[in-house]
Amino acid sequence: MRWNGLRYALFLGCTIPARSRDYELSTRRVAERLGIELVDLNEFACCGFPIESLDQEAALLLAARNLGIAESKGLDICTLCSACTSVLTETNRRIQEDGAVRTRVKEKLAAIDKNYTGSTAVSHISRVLLKEVGVEQIEKEATHKLTSLKIAPHYGCHYLKPSDIYDRFDDPEDPKTLHRLIAATGAQVVSYEREKDCCGGGVLAVDENVALGIAREKLQHVKAAGADAICLICPFCAIMYDDNQRKIEAKFSETYGLPVIYYPQLLGLALGMSAQDLGLSRAKTEALLTKI
Amino acid sequence: MKQGRPQSAYTQLDWKFREEVASVPGGENLNKCYQCGTCNASCPVRHIDEKYNPRKIVRMAVLGMRDRVLSSDFIWLCSSCYTCRERCPQDVRLPDLMKALRNLAVKEGHAHPSYLAQAEAIASHGRLYEIEEFDNKRRQKMGLPPLPTKCEEVARILKLTEAGKTA
Repeated sequence: MRWNGLRYALFLGCTIPARSRDYELSTRRVAERLGIELVDLNEFACCGFPIESLDQEAALLLAARNLGIAESKGLDICTLCSACTSVLTETNRRIQEDGAVRTRVKEKLAAIDKNYTGSTAVSHISRVLLKEVGVEQIEKEATHKLTSLKIAPHYGCHYLKPSDIYDRFDDPEDPKTLHRLIAATGAQVVSYEREKDCCGGGVLAVDENVALGIAREKLQHVKAAGADAICLICPFCAIMYDDNQRKIEAKFSETYGLPVIYYPQLLGLALGMSAQDLGLSRAKTEALLTKI
Repeated sequence: MKQGRPQSAYTQLDWKFREEVASVPGGENLNKCYQCGTCNASCPVRHIDEKYNPRKIVRMAVLGMRDRVLSSDFIWLCSSCYTCRERCPQDVRLPDLMKALRNLAVKEGHAHPSYLAQAEAIASHGRLYEIEEFDNKRRQKMGLPPLPTKCEEVARILKLTEAGKTA
Protein backbone atom coordinates (compact mmCIF):
# COMPACT_ATOMS: atom_id res chain seq x y z
CA MET A 1 0.00 0.00 0.00
CA ARG A 2 1.63 3.22 -1.12
CA TRP A 3 0.51 5.29 1.84
CA ASN A 4 1.97 2.87 4.34
CA GLY A 5 4.66 4.20 6.60
CA LEU A 6 2.65 7.24 7.62
CA ARG A 7 3.54 7.98 11.22
CA TYR A 8 2.49 10.96 13.35
CA ALA A 9 2.45 12.11 16.93
CA LEU A 10 -1.27 12.35 17.79
CA PHE A 11 -2.01 15.75 19.30
CA LEU A 12 -5.26 15.57 21.28
CA GLY A 13 -5.31 19.01 22.91
CA CYS A 14 -7.69 19.75 25.80
CA THR A 15 -11.24 19.26 24.57
CA ILE A 16 -10.96 15.90 22.82
CA PRO A 17 -9.70 13.61 25.61
CA ALA A 18 -12.24 15.03 28.06
CA ARG A 19 -15.30 15.80 25.95
CA SER A 20 -14.95 14.27 22.47
CA ARG A 21 -13.65 10.78 23.12
CA ASP A 22 -15.86 9.52 20.27
CA TYR A 23 -13.84 11.65 17.84
CA GLU A 24 -10.59 10.33 19.29
CA LEU A 25 -11.76 6.71 19.23
CA SER A 26 -13.04 6.83 15.64
CA THR A 27 -9.88 8.59 14.45
CA ARG A 28 -7.67 5.93 16.01
CA ARG A 29 -9.75 3.11 14.50
CA VAL A 30 -9.88 4.62 11.02
CA ALA A 31 -6.19 5.53 11.05
CA GLU A 32 -5.25 2.00 12.03
CA ARG A 33 -7.35 0.58 9.19
CA LEU A 34 -5.80 2.91 6.64
CA GLY A 35 -2.23 2.26 7.76
CA ILE A 36 -1.61 5.57 9.55
CA GLU A 37 0.36 5.05 12.76
CA LEU A 38 -0.61 7.50 15.51
CA VAL A 39 1.93 7.71 18.33
CA ASP A 40 0.91 8.96 21.80
CA LEU A 41 3.33 11.37 23.45
CA ASN A 42 2.32 11.81 27.08
CA GLU A 43 4.14 15.11 27.48
CA PHE A 44 1.79 16.97 25.12
CA ALA A 45 -0.39 19.53 26.90
CA CYS A 46 -2.49 22.61 26.00
CA CYS A 47 -1.68 24.01 22.51
CA GLY A 48 -1.74 27.60 23.78
CA PHE A 49 -4.92 28.78 22.03
CA PRO A 50 -6.91 29.74 25.16
CA ILE A 51 -3.94 31.75 26.48
CA GLU A 52 -3.41 33.95 23.38
CA SER A 53 -5.94 36.54 24.50
CA LEU A 54 -4.20 37.01 27.86
CA ASP A 55 -0.62 36.79 26.72
CA GLN A 56 0.52 35.89 23.22
CA GLU A 57 4.06 35.25 24.39
CA ALA A 58 2.91 32.53 26.80
CA ALA A 59 0.76 30.98 24.07
CA LEU A 60 3.74 31.00 21.70
CA LEU A 61 5.85 29.14 24.25
CA LEU A 62 3.13 26.58 25.01
CA ALA A 63 2.75 25.88 21.28
CA ALA A 64 6.53 25.73 20.75
CA ARG A 65 6.88 23.35 23.69
CA ASN A 66 4.50 20.87 22.01
CA LEU A 67 6.22 21.25 18.63
CA GLY A 68 9.56 20.61 20.33
CA ILE A 69 8.30 17.44 22.05
CA ALA A 70 7.34 15.99 18.64
CA GLU A 71 10.64 17.17 17.13
CA SER A 72 12.65 15.38 19.82
CA LYS A 73 11.00 12.12 18.71
CA GLY A 74 11.49 12.89 15.03
CA LEU A 75 7.73 12.96 14.41
CA ASP A 76 5.35 15.28 12.61
CA ILE A 77 2.09 16.15 14.36
CA CYS A 78 -1.43 15.06 13.44
CA THR A 79 -4.13 17.20 15.07
CA LEU A 80 -7.87 16.65 15.48
CA CYS A 81 -8.94 20.06 16.80
CA SER A 82 -8.93 22.96 14.35
CA ALA A 83 -7.94 25.55 16.97
CA CYS A 84 -4.89 23.47 17.96
CA THR A 85 -4.07 23.15 14.26
CA SER A 86 -4.10 26.90 13.67
CA VAL A 87 -2.06 27.83 16.77
CA LEU A 88 0.58 25.15 16.17
CA THR A 89 0.79 26.02 12.46
CA GLU A 90 1.01 29.76 13.04
CA THR A 91 3.63 29.36 15.79
CA ASN A 92 5.62 27.10 13.49
CA ARG A 93 5.57 29.78 10.79
CA ARG A 94 6.75 32.48 13.16
CA ILE A 95 9.59 30.33 14.49
CA GLN A 96 10.64 29.21 11.01
CA GLU A 97 10.48 32.65 9.39
CA ASP A 98 11.63 35.00 12.15
CA GLY A 99 15.13 34.49 13.53
CA ALA A 100 14.50 36.77 16.52
CA VAL A 101 11.43 34.74 17.55
CA ARG A 102 13.41 31.54 17.08
CA THR A 103 16.21 32.75 19.36
CA ARG A 104 13.78 34.00 22.01
CA VAL A 105 11.84 30.71 22.03
CA LYS A 106 15.09 28.77 22.32
CA GLU A 107 16.17 30.81 25.34
CA LYS A 108 12.84 30.64 27.11
CA LEU A 109 12.22 26.94 26.46
CA ALA A 110 15.68 26.20 27.88
CA ALA A 111 14.25 27.21 31.28
CA ILE A 112 12.07 24.08 31.17
CA ASP A 113 14.73 21.94 29.46
CA LYS A 114 12.94 21.96 26.13
CA ASN A 115 13.99 23.04 22.68
CA TYR A 116 12.44 23.58 19.27
CA THR A 117 14.28 24.36 16.05
CA GLY A 118 11.35 24.47 13.62
CA SER A 119 11.28 21.09 11.86
CA THR A 120 7.89 19.69 12.92
CA ALA A 121 5.11 19.71 10.32
CA VAL A 122 1.51 20.00 11.55
CA SER A 123 -1.48 18.49 9.72
CA HIS A 124 -5.11 18.14 10.68
CA ILE A 125 -6.36 14.54 10.30
CA SER A 126 -8.61 15.66 7.42
CA ARG A 127 -5.58 16.91 5.54
CA VAL A 128 -3.66 13.71 6.25
CA LEU A 129 -6.56 11.81 4.71
CA LEU A 130 -6.69 14.20 1.75
CA LYS A 131 -2.99 14.60 1.05
CA GLU A 132 -1.39 11.38 2.20
CA VAL A 133 -4.08 8.74 1.77
CA GLY A 134 -5.96 10.50 -1.02
CA VAL A 135 -9.64 10.68 -1.92
CA GLU A 136 -9.32 7.96 -4.57
CA GLN A 137 -7.86 5.51 -2.10
CA ILE A 138 -10.54 6.34 0.46
CA GLU A 139 -13.17 5.68 -2.21
CA LYS A 140 -11.60 2.28 -2.86
CA GLU A 141 -11.41 1.38 0.82
CA ALA A 142 -14.96 2.56 1.58
CA THR A 143 -16.74 -0.60 0.52
CA HIS A 144 -19.90 0.06 2.55
CA LYS A 145 -21.08 3.08 0.59
CA LEU A 146 -23.41 5.36 2.53
CA THR A 147 -25.51 6.25 -0.52
CA SER A 148 -28.72 6.66 1.47
CA LEU A 149 -27.31 9.43 3.67
CA LYS A 150 -27.53 13.18 3.09
CA ILE A 151 -24.66 14.86 4.93
CA ALA A 152 -24.09 18.58 5.50
CA PRO A 153 -20.40 19.55 5.78
CA HIS A 154 -19.34 22.05 8.43
CA TYR A 155 -15.80 23.30 7.92
CA GLY A 156 -15.61 25.57 10.94
CA CYS A 157 -13.01 28.30 10.94
CA HIS A 158 -9.49 27.27 11.86
CA TYR A 159 -9.25 24.31 9.51
CA LEU A 160 -9.18 26.79 6.59
CA LYS A 161 -8.30 30.16 8.09
CA PRO A 162 -6.18 32.20 8.26
CA SER A 163 -5.64 30.79 4.76
CA ASP A 164 -2.12 32.22 4.39
CA ILE A 165 -0.72 30.02 7.19
CA TYR A 166 -2.15 26.98 5.38
CA ASP A 167 -0.84 28.01 1.94
CA ARG A 168 -4.49 28.25 0.82
CA PHE A 169 -4.86 24.49 0.34
CA ASP A 170 -8.60 25.15 -0.02
CA ASP A 171 -10.58 28.26 -0.92
CA PRO A 172 -11.78 29.85 2.36
CA GLU A 173 -14.69 31.49 0.51
CA ASP A 174 -15.74 28.32 -1.33
CA PRO A 175 -14.17 25.30 0.35
CA LYS A 176 -14.47 21.88 -1.23
CA THR A 177 -12.09 19.50 0.57
CA LEU A 178 -14.59 18.25 3.18
CA HIS A 179 -17.20 17.91 0.42
CA ARG A 180 -14.77 15.59 -1.39
CA LEU A 181 -14.01 13.55 1.72
CA ILE A 182 -17.72 13.08 2.47
CA ALA A 183 -18.47 12.18 -1.16
CA ALA A 184 -15.76 9.47 -0.96
CA THR A 185 -17.93 7.60 1.58
CA GLY A 186 -20.73 7.46 -0.98
CA ALA A 187 -22.90 9.86 1.02
CA GLN A 188 -24.72 12.68 -0.73
CA VAL A 189 -23.23 16.08 0.17
CA VAL A 190 -25.91 18.62 1.06
CA SER A 191 -25.23 22.31 0.50
CA TYR A 192 -26.96 24.87 2.68
CA GLU A 193 -27.18 28.59 3.35
CA ARG A 194 -24.29 30.29 5.18
CA GLU A 195 -22.26 27.10 4.97
CA LYS A 196 -18.98 28.69 6.03
CA ASP A 197 -20.35 30.33 9.18
CA CYS A 198 -18.55 29.96 12.49
CA CYS A 199 -20.08 27.68 15.18
CA GLY A 200 -19.97 30.46 17.77
CA GLY A 201 -17.73 28.44 20.10
CA GLY A 202 -15.16 31.23 20.24
CA VAL A 203 -17.51 33.47 22.22
CA LEU A 204 -19.29 30.82 24.31
CA ALA A 205 -17.34 31.73 27.44
CA VAL A 206 -17.84 35.47 26.90
CA ASP A 207 -21.46 35.76 25.75
CA GLU A 208 -23.54 32.60 25.72
CA ASN A 209 -26.55 34.26 24.08
CA VAL A 210 -24.51 35.31 21.07
CA ALA A 211 -22.79 31.92 20.80
CA LEU A 212 -26.07 30.00 20.95
CA GLY A 213 -27.62 32.42 18.46
CA ILE A 214 -24.83 31.77 15.96
CA ALA A 215 -25.08 27.99 16.38
CA ARG A 216 -28.88 28.10 16.08
CA GLU A 217 -28.72 29.65 12.61
CA LYS A 218 -26.53 26.81 11.39
CA LEU A 219 -28.96 24.22 12.77
CA GLN A 220 -31.81 26.04 11.01
CA HIS A 221 -30.06 26.11 7.63
CA VAL A 222 -28.84 22.51 7.81
CA LYS A 223 -32.33 21.34 8.79
CA ALA A 224 -33.96 23.37 6.01
CA ALA A 225 -31.63 21.75 3.47
CA GLY A 226 -32.94 18.32 4.50
CA ALA A 227 -29.65 16.86 5.78
CA ASP A 228 -29.65 13.68 7.87
CA ALA A 229 -26.63 14.88 9.86
CA ILE A 230 -24.02 17.60 10.10
CA CYS A 231 -20.45 16.41 9.66
CA LEU A 232 -17.70 18.02 11.78
CA ILE A 233 -13.93 18.01 12.04
CA CYS A 234 -13.46 20.04 15.24
CA PRO A 235 -14.50 19.18 18.84
CA PHE A 236 -15.50 22.73 19.70
CA CYS A 237 -18.04 22.80 16.88
CA ALA A 238 -19.48 19.63 18.43
CA ILE A 239 -19.85 21.38 21.77
CA MET A 240 -21.98 23.99 20.00
CA TYR A 241 -24.07 21.72 17.75
CA ASP A 242 -24.29 18.57 19.85
CA ASP A 243 -23.78 19.38 23.54
CA ASN A 244 -25.66 22.68 23.25
CA GLN A 245 -28.38 21.59 20.82
CA ARG A 246 -30.89 20.86 23.62
CA LYS A 247 -30.13 24.22 25.20
CA ILE A 248 -30.75 26.00 21.88
CA GLU A 249 -33.99 24.08 21.41
CA ALA A 250 -35.17 25.07 24.88
CA LYS A 251 -34.07 28.70 24.60
CA PHE A 252 -35.79 29.33 21.26
CA SER A 253 -38.67 26.82 21.70
CA GLU A 254 -37.64 24.94 18.57
CA THR A 255 -36.90 21.32 17.73
CA TYR A 256 -33.96 20.25 15.62
CA GLY A 257 -33.00 16.71 16.61
CA LEU A 258 -30.06 16.97 14.24
CA PRO A 259 -27.48 14.17 14.52
CA VAL A 260 -23.88 15.34 14.71
CA ILE A 261 -21.15 13.10 13.31
CA TYR A 262 -17.38 13.51 13.07
CA TYR A 263 -15.83 12.78 9.70
CA PRO A 264 -13.80 9.78 10.97
CA GLN A 265 -17.05 8.29 12.29
CA LEU A 266 -18.70 8.70 8.90
CA LEU A 267 -15.65 7.23 7.17
CA GLY A 268 -15.54 4.38 9.69
CA LEU A 269 -19.14 3.44 8.85
CA ALA A 270 -18.20 3.39 5.16
CA LEU A 271 -15.24 1.17 6.00
CA GLY A 272 -17.71 -1.28 7.55
CA MET A 273 -17.00 -0.58 11.21
CA SER A 274 -19.75 -0.79 13.82
CA ALA A 275 -21.36 2.26 15.40
CA GLN A 276 -20.07 1.11 18.78
CA ASP A 277 -16.50 0.80 17.53
CA LEU A 278 -16.72 4.42 16.37
CA GLY A 279 -18.18 5.75 19.61
CA LEU A 280 -21.45 6.69 17.94
CA SER A 281 -24.12 7.20 20.56
CA ARG A 282 -27.17 5.09 19.74
CA ALA A 283 -29.47 7.57 21.44
CA LYS A 284 -28.27 10.51 19.39
CA THR A 285 -27.73 8.88 16.01
CA GLU A 286 -30.45 6.21 15.87
CA ALA A 287 -32.31 7.96 13.06
CA LEU A 288 -29.11 8.22 11.06
CA LEU A 289 -27.98 4.64 11.61
CA THR A 290 -31.32 3.11 10.67
CA LYS A 291 -31.14 4.88 7.29
CA ILE A 292 -27.91 3.11 6.30
CA MET B 1 -19.72 55.95 29.71
CA LYS B 2 -20.69 59.52 30.63
CA GLN B 3 -20.47 61.88 27.69
CA GLY B 4 -18.42 64.99 28.47
CA ARG B 5 -18.29 68.20 26.44
CA PRO B 6 -16.24 67.95 23.24
CA GLN B 7 -13.37 69.78 24.90
CA SER B 8 -12.99 67.24 27.74
CA ALA B 9 -13.45 64.27 25.37
CA TYR B 10 -10.62 65.69 23.33
CA THR B 11 -8.24 65.87 26.29
CA GLN B 12 -9.01 62.25 27.17
CA LEU B 13 -7.55 61.04 23.90
CA ASP B 14 -4.21 59.30 24.01
CA TRP B 15 -2.39 60.20 20.81
CA LYS B 16 0.27 57.57 21.46
CA PHE B 17 -2.26 54.74 21.73
CA ARG B 18 -2.08 53.80 18.05
CA GLU B 19 1.69 53.41 18.37
CA GLU B 20 1.29 51.40 21.54
CA VAL B 21 -1.15 49.03 19.79
CA ALA B 22 1.09 48.76 16.73
CA SER B 23 3.98 47.65 18.95
CA VAL B 24 2.09 44.55 20.14
CA PRO B 25 2.13 41.48 17.83
CA GLY B 26 -1.08 41.55 15.80
CA GLY B 27 -1.58 45.30 16.17
CA GLU B 28 0.92 46.32 13.47
CA ASN B 29 -1.66 47.06 10.76
CA LEU B 30 -4.10 49.13 12.83
CA ASN B 31 -3.32 52.37 10.99
CA LYS B 32 -4.07 50.87 7.58
CA CYS B 33 -7.84 50.77 8.27
CA TYR B 34 -9.88 53.07 5.98
CA GLN B 35 -13.21 52.24 7.63
CA CYS B 36 -14.87 50.40 4.72
CA GLY B 37 -16.84 48.14 7.10
CA THR B 38 -16.09 44.84 5.33
CA CYS B 39 -15.33 43.40 8.80
CA ASN B 40 -18.75 44.37 10.12
CA ALA B 41 -20.50 42.97 7.07
CA SER B 42 -18.64 39.65 7.41
CA CYS B 43 -18.89 39.23 11.16
CA PRO B 44 -20.95 36.28 12.49
CA VAL B 45 -21.08 37.83 15.97
CA ARG B 46 -22.43 41.13 14.64
CA HIS B 47 -24.92 39.17 12.54
CA ILE B 48 -26.51 38.03 15.82
CA ASP B 49 -25.89 41.07 18.02
CA GLU B 50 -25.03 44.54 16.73
CA LYS B 51 -23.49 45.58 20.03
CA TYR B 52 -20.30 44.12 18.55
CA ASN B 53 -18.89 46.59 16.05
CA PRO B 54 -15.33 45.76 14.97
CA ARG B 55 -15.10 48.70 12.54
CA LYS B 56 -15.90 51.09 15.38
CA ILE B 57 -13.38 49.49 17.74
CA VAL B 58 -10.64 50.09 15.16
CA ARG B 59 -11.74 53.72 14.75
CA MET B 60 -11.75 54.28 18.50
CA ALA B 61 -8.27 52.77 18.77
CA VAL B 62 -6.94 54.95 15.93
CA LEU B 63 -8.42 58.05 17.56
CA GLY B 64 -6.71 57.22 20.86
CA MET B 65 -9.71 56.33 23.03
CA ARG B 66 -7.42 54.13 25.07
CA ASP B 67 -9.36 53.74 28.33
CA ARG B 68 -12.70 53.11 26.65
CA VAL B 69 -11.27 50.51 24.29
CA LEU B 70 -9.24 48.62 26.89
CA SER B 71 -11.92 48.58 29.58
CA SER B 72 -14.81 47.62 27.32
CA ASP B 73 -16.33 44.15 27.02
CA PHE B 74 -16.56 44.30 23.27
CA ILE B 75 -12.90 43.56 22.53
CA TRP B 76 -13.59 40.10 24.03
CA LEU B 77 -16.47 39.37 21.63
CA CYS B 78 -14.45 38.48 18.53
CA SER B 79 -14.98 34.75 17.85
CA SER B 80 -11.68 34.64 15.90
CA CYS B 81 -13.38 33.06 12.88
CA TYR B 82 -10.98 34.98 10.61
CA THR B 83 -13.63 35.77 7.97
CA CYS B 84 -12.85 39.50 8.19
CA ARG B 85 -9.13 38.82 8.07
CA GLU B 86 -9.64 36.96 4.77
CA ARG B 87 -11.71 39.79 3.31
CA CYS B 88 -10.11 42.98 4.68
CA PRO B 89 -8.82 44.98 1.68
CA GLN B 90 -6.24 46.66 3.91
CA ASP B 91 -4.98 43.54 5.71
CA VAL B 92 -5.76 45.03 9.12
CA ARG B 93 -6.03 41.47 10.55
CA LEU B 94 -8.83 42.19 12.98
CA PRO B 95 -8.71 38.92 14.98
CA ASP B 96 -4.98 39.50 15.57
CA LEU B 97 -5.66 43.12 16.46
CA MET B 98 -8.31 42.02 18.99
CA LYS B 99 -5.71 39.72 20.59
CA ALA B 100 -3.26 42.64 20.78
CA LEU B 101 -5.93 44.85 22.41
CA ARG B 102 -6.85 42.07 24.84
CA ASN B 103 -3.18 41.62 25.81
CA LEU B 104 -2.99 45.37 26.57
CA ALA B 105 -6.28 45.25 28.48
CA VAL B 106 -4.91 42.39 30.60
CA LYS B 107 -1.96 44.56 31.64
CA GLU B 108 -4.42 47.26 32.73
CA GLY B 109 -6.28 44.77 34.91
CA HIS B 110 -9.19 44.28 32.51
CA ALA B 111 -8.76 40.59 31.72
CA HIS B 112 -12.05 38.86 30.98
CA PRO B 113 -12.89 36.57 33.94
CA SER B 114 -13.63 33.58 31.66
CA TYR B 115 -10.16 33.75 30.19
CA LEU B 116 -8.60 34.01 33.63
CA ALA B 117 -10.52 30.93 34.73
CA GLN B 118 -9.23 29.08 31.64
CA ALA B 119 -5.64 30.10 32.40
CA GLU B 120 -6.02 28.86 35.96
CA ALA B 121 -7.32 25.50 34.76
CA ILE B 122 -4.46 25.17 32.28
CA ALA B 123 -1.88 26.04 34.95
CA SER B 124 -3.32 23.42 37.33
CA HIS B 125 -3.91 20.56 34.91
CA GLY B 126 -1.83 21.36 31.81
CA ARG B 127 -5.15 21.32 29.96
CA LEU B 128 -8.36 23.29 29.84
CA TYR B 129 -10.37 20.33 31.13
CA GLU B 130 -8.99 18.31 34.00
CA ILE B 131 -8.35 14.63 33.34
CA GLU B 132 -9.08 12.88 36.61
CA GLU B 133 -8.58 9.22 37.48
CA PHE B 134 -12.28 8.77 36.78
CA ASP B 135 -11.79 10.07 33.22
CA ASN B 136 -8.84 7.77 32.70
CA LYS B 137 -10.95 4.81 33.80
CA ARG B 138 -13.60 5.77 31.27
CA ARG B 139 -10.93 6.21 28.63
CA GLN B 140 -9.47 2.78 29.33
CA LYS B 141 -12.93 1.23 29.19
CA MET B 142 -13.28 2.65 25.66
CA GLY B 143 -9.87 1.33 24.68
CA LEU B 144 -8.18 4.74 24.87
CA PRO B 145 -4.80 5.20 26.60
CA PRO B 146 -4.69 7.01 29.96
CA LEU B 147 -3.33 10.56 30.07
CA PRO B 148 -1.28 12.42 32.68
CA THR B 149 -3.40 14.49 35.05
CA LYS B 150 -0.85 17.31 35.43
CA CYS B 151 1.88 19.10 33.50
CA GLU B 152 4.37 20.98 35.65
CA GLU B 153 6.11 22.59 32.63
CA VAL B 154 2.93 24.34 31.52
CA ALA B 155 2.53 25.88 34.97
CA ARG B 156 6.16 27.03 34.81
CA ILE B 157 5.71 28.66 31.39
CA LEU B 158 2.63 30.50 32.62
CA LYS B 159 4.42 31.64 35.78
CA LEU B 160 7.26 33.11 33.72
CA THR B 161 4.91 35.23 31.59
CA GLU B 162 2.20 37.85 31.91
CA ALA B 163 -0.49 35.14 31.93
CA GLY B 164 0.85 33.87 35.26
CA LYS B 165 0.80 37.29 36.92
CA THR B 166 -2.89 37.75 36.15
CA ALA B 167 -4.15 34.19 36.67
